[in-house]
Amino acid sequence: MDFDPVFRALADASRRDLLDRLFEKNGQTLSELCEGLDMSRQAVTKHLVILEEANLVATLWRGREKLHYLNPAPIHDIAERWLRKYERGRLRVLSELKKILEADDE
Amino acid sequence: MSESKFVYVTYIRTTPEKLWRALTAGEFTRRYWAGTWQDCTWQKGAGWRLMIPDGRVGDAGEVLEIDPPRRLVLSWQNQFIPDLKAEGPSRATFELEHEGDMVKLTIVHEMDKLGSKFIEQVSGGWPLILASLKSLLETGESLEATRKWPEGM
Repeated sequence: MDFDPVFRALADASRRDLLDRLFEKNGQTLSELCEGLDMSRQAVTKHLVILEEANLVATLWRGREKLHYLNPAPIHDIAERWLRKYERGRLRVLSELKKILEADDE
Repeated sequence: MSESKFVYVTYIRTTPEKLWRALTAGEFTRRYWAGTWQDCTWQKGAGWRLMIPDGRVGDAGEVLEIDPPRRLVLSWQNQFIPDLKAEGPSRATFELEHEGDMVKLTIVHEMDKLGSKFIEQVSGGWPLILASLKSLLETGESLEATRKWPEGM
């Protein structure tokens, strides 16, 4: 799988913010997503196109309304490819940290 | 919005015919969908049951729409967890679109109820099952974690 478009799309705070907003409330229109944002409608549209091209956002039509949904597929693939693999190492680091902190208490 | 909805889009290097078979035929689903198979004649109005390997019925419903290898809509109600069963039927839509040498698979699993526990549950389950389906079709191997029904469930 080609992760480049996904990481490129994620390498921007505004786009991560849009994903967080969809995580809070899935299935929003462009207008809803623009509410309370310090960005022009055009800028939001542009970010959404990049997110959609990276398959991080999926759109469905409800009548004449285009609704944006968080697509969990690429995030899941990242978790499988980049996180699970290192999980064992991470747990070991945490358990060592715990030991050090507890030793300090004594 | 008075609904709960899970949306998932994935691109799989295969043909719509193969993907359709992988979604409906037991010899495929057993390999990536936790050992389950679907008891169904795949005709509009037919009953549909997702069978757990130990013989229990996991979920049940009926075929609301079917247009192989493009579109399948099922009504879908959990049968083995009382709280989830009590929420009533959900609706699962599978759409397959040919795009070059890939098939775009869109799955929408929804219920006309805000904050559905059932939709929350399937939202946690689908990503692993569908990643395994993609792996099976593209590499011939499903993902280890999806080959067996989880113990004690």
